[in-house]
Amino acid sequence: MTKTMMLLGAAGLAVAASGALADTSGKRIALSNNYAGNSWRQAMLQTFEEVGGKAVEEGVVGAADAYTTSENQATEQAAQIQNMILQGYDAIILNAASPTALNGAVEEACNAGVTVVSFDGIVTAPCAWRIAVDFKQMGKEQVEYLATRLPEGGNLLEIRGLAGVFVDDEIHAGIEEGVAENGQFKIVGSVHGDWAQDVAQKAVAGVLPSLPEVVGVVTQGGDGYGAAQAFKAAGRDTPLIVLGNRQDEMQWWADQRDANGYETLSLSIAPGVASLAFWVAQQILDGAEVPKDLTVPFLKVTQDTLDEALETTPEGSVANTVYSLDDAKGVISGAM
Amino acid sequence: MGFFARYRILLPVVSLAVLLAATFYMQPRAMSYFGINLLFNLAVPIALATIAQMMIIMVNDIDLSLGAFVSLVACITATFLNDSPMLGALILLALVLCYAALGAVIHALELPAIVVTLGMSFVWGGLALFILPSPGGSSPGWLRTLMTVKPPYIPMAVCASVIIAVVTHLLVIRSGLGTVLRGVGGNARSVQRAGWPVVRLKALAYGLAGLFGVFAGMALVGLTTSADANIALRYTLLSIAGVILGGGEFTGGKVSPVGAVIGALTLTLAASFLSFLRLSPDWQIGAQGAILILVLTARLLFTRRDAQA
Repeated sequence: MTKTMMLLGAAGLAVAASGALADTSGKRIALSNNYAGNSWRQAMLQTFEEVGGKAVEEGVVGAADAYTTSENQATEQAAQIQNMILQGYDAIILNAASPTALNGAVEEACNAGVTVVSFDGIVTAPCAWRIAVDFKQMGKEQVEYLATRLPEGGNLLEIRGLAGVFVDDEIHAGIEEGVAENGQFKIVGSVHGDWAQDVAQKAVAGVLPSLPEVVGVVTQGGDGYGAAQAFKAAGRDTPLIVLGNRQDEMQWWADQRDANGYETLSLSIAPGVASLAFWVAQQILDGAEVPKDLTVPFLKVTQDTLDEALETTPEGSVANTVYSLDDAKGVISGAM
Repeated sequence: MGFFARYRILLPVVSLAVLLAATFYMQPRAMSYFGINLLFNLAVPIALATIAQMMIIMVNDIDLSLGAFVSLVACITATFLNDSPMLGALILLALVLCYAALGAVIHALELPAIVVTLGMSFVWGGLALFILPSPGGSSPGWLRTLMTVKPPYIPMAVCASVIIAVVTHLLVIRSGLGTVLRGVGGNARSVQRAGWPVVRLKALAYGLAGLFGVFAGMALVGLTTSADANIALRYTLLSIAGVILGGGEFTGGKVSPVGAVIGALTLTLAASFLSFLRLSPDWQIGAQGAILILVLTARLLFTRRDAQA
């Protein structure tokens, strides 16, 4: 989170406190979350608590409570949503365990007059709002960045996420598209790193001996550091690895930069998207007209912003942005 | 026969009543037609799955594949049964027959049910992923209507629970066949000596379990409107806990269908109650376990006292 972002956030809150006070001060917003077991989700919950807590303190909304299911199961989260209806929340923001299996509960909520805003893990129920990340673009942008750095092209290694999850399919599709448009690149190997450094390291180490020279590695986040370690262990030159905003990845990047001027790009979704969902829900409760489908920009860390990002990211966490009310308004008007 | 043994059903009823009173106290809004339906509608598929598990526990086995099986049924319901009802119904029928065949095989080859069903859970899970690799499908209209019907005065969830309890009570406790089936769990050898074909009886018990598993999957899709290959994995453990909470025992033959339905409702309600308490999710699984242990301890104490008396 940059300083300007923080200032913007503070300004946004001040505007909210004076502008929207009358309409939503009595409204209660709940966060339904299906999983809390990794650094990204922890950062997400923390951001929601900070932003929600402050909004409650300043009287923008009546309550902002976070609930997490214990077992990451759709049926459990459906029950959780139904409980929220009973608890009388006016809006539910939702990171869903399944895009479809919660639709019944979401419809119950809509029928009871509750506003439902899904983000990150979105739901397909037509009555809910969706704040989605353009994962496909995230994949494509990696290849486009490589094309600017390596105009002559070469062999690429792709590290994918968890098989069968829609995010993995989307990023992969984006990478394929990027490679199709930039014919100088060729994907010579593809492994599943499951968004975890240790898994990625093992997978890359396993496939490396069979690969020709690799000039670039396209990733999905959480796997770049492991890939770098595997290349190092195999005694190969470190290729250009696109990173995913994890603190260990950025630390490694900074060390490499100081040692030999290593340059790359890092991009991922900011866990602070929960705060964006919060403000969007507040805007809907406030009576603003909001399109059902919104897109959230992803967070990029470049050579210039690396030190700043590293400074504000706690060890073992993910680079984050806290979205303000103004950011939310910008995203809404951008989608109109 | 002690007081408790005669009124085995008493403890589940009391547990549910206490929990319900506490929930209404915490969240008065729940004390309405709408509220009760929201609290319990997701308990209906769990109750059906619990009855399925009860059929297996009744013949002294245990089914570790039930959650995966219900997920598979949900996937078939949201795809085949919706697109071409005849084919879907045939597949579901084939699944029930599969279950019956499993029961026969487990008995004939003297295989441990726990191992066979654990293996089958991967088969069901694989099939479910094959049919629905990414979440989707949609509920047949009639099923959605059935699960969201609003009968006068009594919410659907309560109606359905009562119907499930009464039908299975008649089937398992009152009917002659049910008595023999419970006998298979209690003492298979003597049932065999009395001239009953135990293989067929076991196949029947497993077939009934498959049938209720199918009902559970269909009810679930009716509520969620679409399916997901992992949608019901929790049901394996929930259904076992429900049977035990409802007064059933692992020793076979000692089961209570009414208790099992109440057990399923209690488990669902326990989760909601803990959520209303705003208990941190880190503690919720533990607290759910604690409620279970509390009820079972109470049962043990009562049984002991009865034995002494």
